[in-house]
Amino acid sequence: MAALYEGYTLCGLVPDQNLSSSGIQGIEEERDRDHVVVTDSTRSVTLYKVSDQKPLGSWTVKQGQKLTCPAVFNSQTNEYVAVTDNKVIRIWKEDDILLDKAFKATVSSDVWKVHCTHGGEPVVLFQRGAVRLLDSLLAAPQQPIEEVLAQEEAIRWSTIIVAETQQFIIITTEQKGEHFLYLQRLNPNSVQRYRLEREEPGLSPLSFSATYRDKHICLLYLYPNGHVYQSVLSVRGLGTEEGVQALPLPRSLLLGLPVGDGQLEAASAMALDEAHVAVVGVPHPSAGGGKDFLCIWNTNFQTLQAGKEMAGKIYGQLWSYSNKVFIPHGKTLSIIPFECPKSSLASALGKLKHTKTEESKTPNSVPSWNNILHGEKAQPSKSAETRRTVSWISVFANCEFVIVHTLTAPVEEIQKEVEGFLTRAEFQDLQPSVGQLALTLVSRSLADPAFYSSSTLAQLVHTRCLCHSVCPDLVLLALEKKDYFLCQLCLQFFPDIPEAVTCACLKAFISPTSSVVNDRQTRAEDVKKKASAPSQLSCPVGLHKAVLINEILQTPYSDTFLLPHLKDLSSQHVMLFLQYLQFLYLKYSQDAFPQMEGFRSPSLSQIMDWVCLLLDAHFTVLVMTPEAKGLLLNLHRFVKSQVRLVSELGKIEGSLQELRKMKAKESIGQYSIEIIELF
Amino acid sequence: MGEFKVHRVRFFDYMPSAIRTMAFNSQTERLAVARADGAVEIFNFNDNFFQEKVIPGQDGRATEALCWVGHRLFSAGLNGEITEYDLENLRPQYTVDAYGGPIWTISSNSQGTQLAVGCEDGTVKIFAILEERIQFQRNLNRHKGRIISLCWHPSSAQIAAGMTDMIKIFDAETGHATRRLLVDRAMGASKNKEVVVWSVGYLSDHTIISGDSAGKVQIWNGLTGTLVRTYLVTKWDVLVLSVSKDESSVIAGTSEGTVIQFQFISSTVDQHDKEWVRTRTFRNHSHDVSALAHTDTAVVSGGMDTQLVVRPLLDKVEKNTQESALRKIAFPHRSLVGCAKKAGLLLFQFPDRLELWKLGESEGHVCLMYPYFVCRFLQGEDHICCSALSACGGWLAYSTVSSVRLYRIQYNNTISINKVGTLARACSRQPVHLLCASDDGKWLATANTDCEIHIYNLHKMKLHCMVPVYNSCPTTIAIHPVTNNLISVHADQQIFEFSLVQKEYTQWSRRLQAQGLLSLWLERDTPITHITFNPKNPDHIILHDTYMFCIIDQSLPFPELNAVLWNQMTLKSLPVSQRIGQSHAFKICKSFQHLMCVSLLEDLSLVVVERPLLDIMSQLPAPVRQKKFAT
Repeated sequence: MAALYEGYTLCGLVPDQNLSSSGIQGIEEERDRDHVVVTDSTRSVTLYKVSDQKPLGSWTVKQGQKLTCPAVFNSQTNEYVAVTDNKVIRIWKEDDILLDKAFKATVSSDVWKVHCTHGGEPVVLFQRGAVRLLDSLLAAPQQPIEEVLAQEEAIRWSTIIVAETQQFIIITTEQKGEHFLYLQRLNPNSVQRYRLEREEPGLSPLSFSATYRDKHICLLYLYPNGHVYQSVLSVRGLGTEEGVQALPLPRSLLLGLPVGDGQLEAASAMALDEAHVAVVGVPHPSAGGGKDFLCIWNTNFQTLQAGKEMAGKIYGQLWSYSNKVFIPHGKTLSIIPFECPKSSLASALGKLKHTKTEESKTPNSVPSWNNILHGEKAQPSKSAETRRTVSWISVFANCEFVIVHTLTAPVEEIQKEVEGFLTRAEFQDLQPSVGQLALTLVSRSLADPAFYSSSTLAQLVHTRCLCHSVCPDLVLLALEKKDYFLCQLCLQFFPDIPEAVTCACLKAFISPTSSVVNDRQTRAEDVKKKASAPSQLSCPVGLHKAVLINEILQTPYSDTFLLPHLKDLSSQHVMLFLQYLQFLYLKYSQDAFPQMEGFRSPSLSQIMDWVCLLLDAHFTVLVMTPEAKGLLLNLHRFVKSQVRLVSELGKIEGSLQELRKMKAKESIGQYSIEIIELF
Repeated sequence: MGEFKVHRVRFFDYMPSAIRTMAFNSQTERLAVARADGAVEIFNFNDNFFQEKVIPGQDGRATEALCWVGHRLFSAGLNGEITEYDLENLRPQYTVDAYGGPIWTISSNSQGTQLAVGCEDGTVKIFAILEERIQFQRNLNRHKGRIISLCWHPSSAQIAAGMTDMIKIFDAETGHATRRLLVDRAMGASKNKEVVVWSVGYLSDHTIISGDSAGKVQIWNGLTGTLVRTYLVTKWDVLVLSVSKDESSVIAGTSEGTVIQFQFISSTVDQHDKEWVRTRTFRNHSHDVSALAHTDTAVVSGGMDTQLVVRPLLDKVEKNTQESALRKIAFPHRSLVGCAKKAGLLLFQFPDRLELWKLGESEGHVCLMYPYFVCRFLQGEDHICCSALSACGGWLAYSTVSSVRLYRIQYNNTISINKVGTLARACSRQPVHLLCASDDGKWLATANTDCEIHIYNLHKMKLHCMVPVYNSCPTTIAIHPVTNNLISVHADQQIFEFSLVQKEYTQWSRRLQAQGLLSLWLERDTPITHITFNPKNPDHIILHDTYMFCIIDQSLPFPELNAVLWNQMTLKSLPVSQRIGQSHAFKICKSFQHLMCVSLLEDLSLVVVERPLLDIMSQLPAPVRQKKFAT
């Protein structure tokens, strides 16, 4: 799972008066991974050693002059290149003290930017779209520069990319509300023009990021409505004729980020690797409307992997070099190291779910509450198959309507609306709208303590389109409202409940003060007879509690994350929990235990895992507690018996293997005639 | 290459004899191994552990102990006789009766001048070793109880003798016993059973090491006669001990099949006073380990389970090389099966008899006629050295230490066997261990253990030429029926082809040597013991070792050095058109294991004689009872 680590400050900033820009024009990597050149928006260029957080050198242009492009480092010649006042190219070395004495050359057209890759030659990009290698430009500085862009076309963003050995300049432009992309190949020069698909009218991309992988250039761009698109450009089949014809650029929606109210203003998305995107200036889904967050999203699983709140205003600027994110915020430029390990579904969800199928025949001592209550009812997910086909747009419109409705309508009406909506909508279209619905419901419940619609939420959870990262407050809300049925559903259906929330649920379930038995008590009553098995062994907790705890035992978790939260449990709770686990263990160890099918119940290994975790977390406390002595001794006995069992199994392993080997050999008599073939 | 019909024969119930004792000669790097049937085998440790000499046994000769004196090999047995072997003619040279009842042990002093034997009647007899024979010198003081084990002190002044319940140290000069070391009996119920000191070792610092029937290895101080240390290593007997040449390591073999090593080392680092510490345990045998030899780099062990195991000590050899691989020698390094290619007859050679079998006939997989037993030739007291069957099946020859017999077999429904005659055995200077004649009867090739191969022209009855001497002993030779080329395969797995007409190595052989054989081929640990040819295709040479047989196609290119040697599976998976590009000269088949013989009959069907090791194991007596899980 990707993670953001504790950041540190590289330098302070001098933002504009109205805080509209950060005061930084650009950050470029210098000679190695540990050095960067920071160009501020006015006059100075500073070289920093990142690990020491200290400046190594600084150069300033004269008063009245202005740096118009970020300085780059030419690693071939160990020189810095920058442009002042659009037309003057300046080149200097690290030991030059005064910029004015350094080399300068005036060119005939306005420069947009100088780009340089590590080890490559700097490339000058003019505002009218022409591209020159720095050396050839300096050979004749006053050479005429052609106009590539149309009359009202202006560059919005540009970058350089090295694909294999070829350098590419990527330029995005805007012309009368339309956006174009130029892919300019250098040496031999050729250019291809693409037209970006239109988003909603009036929206232009906020940020671009380009990466090269698998022989393709991946372009990632973020719109103010929170949509992150990806376009893939082939570097091979680049048209040879000059790209007058603008090809349409196909795109795919990679992420739909939550934007909260209004649209994004200063935001930026940047691809970190093939599966991770760093996003800045977009609200954290579980932290209200504030937009001062740096988040890492997994695009494969659409999950939020890590988030960090940045103090002060976010300017929507973001750079990333060698596993560090450079982000100006407030009055500082911060460096935040991150890590994006190869993503897998298991790591995205915390832990692999148990491969046990629902129909597995493990014995269970406590019937599922879900089965008790909803056994007769048709599962909503089943009815989803028979839904009518409705076009996506109508679903979306429907959803919008329902969402608007949920903001004001009373509980019963919402329930009706949602029910209707769910039966109308196509299953695969549900995902975004169900999330939105749940989000609105939860935020309304949080805002208005009198409002709570348990059955609607339960219905939404039942669609299995929800997960914890979509609607992070749902479980805690349910806990707060003592809606344990909803809790159970969430635990059952959400694959990504954080360990902290699991622990909070556990605490709530196990605490003796909380009366688990709520209004559904009467309906659960009749099953007590069915599940009389637990009572014979004197279960330390009530039936309902047991059902809920069983659900907890079956949730996926990573023990490293769970352990610190487990430590918060009080020793009484731990005792009770351990007693219950012991009870379950004993139950399972009994050979004559009736096998019940079709019930969700924790497996023996899950129980043992939890016992181990609990003991790990609380061993010292338990050892000091006199009441725990018997329990610990019992558990010790279990462990001993398990160890003995395993060692005995190990002993007969060899014999069993021999048996298998013997079976494989067909019996050959004293004499046989066979046919073999040699090649 | 095509399909072959295979006669898979498993009815050769060859049973190797248990290894009784062994002696290692570190000067010549030769290991002498005595088996329970009286046979003595000589292995050359310098030449891939090749079994270069076999002296056949004799009924009633139970060798109990072996002893090298320089190049001479002596043995003593329970028949009460001391035998010296003629290692050139591969037979006992003479025997001397010690007149002390059965002899349990024999040991020579370090100068090689005297031989001590321990007898049933309790005497230790000293023989002087003379040039051509041995002569009785005197008895040491006689004691009650048999002498089971003996060991000279390196200075030749003392002899330690293991007896029942005690070890005695004799002064070799005076013959008096100077010390008596009492050995404890086993604890518990077997307290009343006397303890037998099966083996003693006498080191130059006067340390005595003993192994006894109570399962103890004990270290004694021979000067003071005190017990230094006792290691209880087994519940059963410690049967044999062997001391390394530098006296820093001792190995002990037990009835449980384990070999336990003790080393003279300081028990903690930086400490100078060394002591004997039990270090390693090797478990390579299922039955008693009754013979042990400690070479410089390896532990060699043998016992009831008939296998000779060479276990390299990994601190003495380079790791992960061929040298560090464990070797098990289960089968003799010569062919015990004769095959009459035209008649479809198999001749099985046992120590005391020959069996002649007729192969079955079949139509595809369906067996039309099962093989049947034709006849048996019982040999008398002397065991059989070697045997041969003519291709037509009409002639059969075999030899013993003293005679060669030739039989004419006639098959006219009733079988009649005529003994044609007995030829006098011609003596040559070096023992010839391989002999082969060409099909046309013109050429005869002989190979001896000096690695020489001689070619004789039988028409002119004189030596034709000598093949250049290679430094590894030939394990099998054969003359090609069509080209009259001599194929020889050596103990280091090299293959040569020598043209008899041109008296030089053939082009094919030169190319093979230039390219080199694949390491997988060279690392096989059993020698090629038989070569046969394809009568229909002169390019095919069929040879086999214990674990595979191989058809070499001389028309195909040699495998590249990085190629896959066992490529039959790859070829099988390829379409026919691509096989030619992938195939190479070595067609190896591992479907049949523990091969005693592979031969190609006239009708191009293969005869494969297998003797699975598991079948041999199942015929061994039950091992000592060991506590295992669930028993």
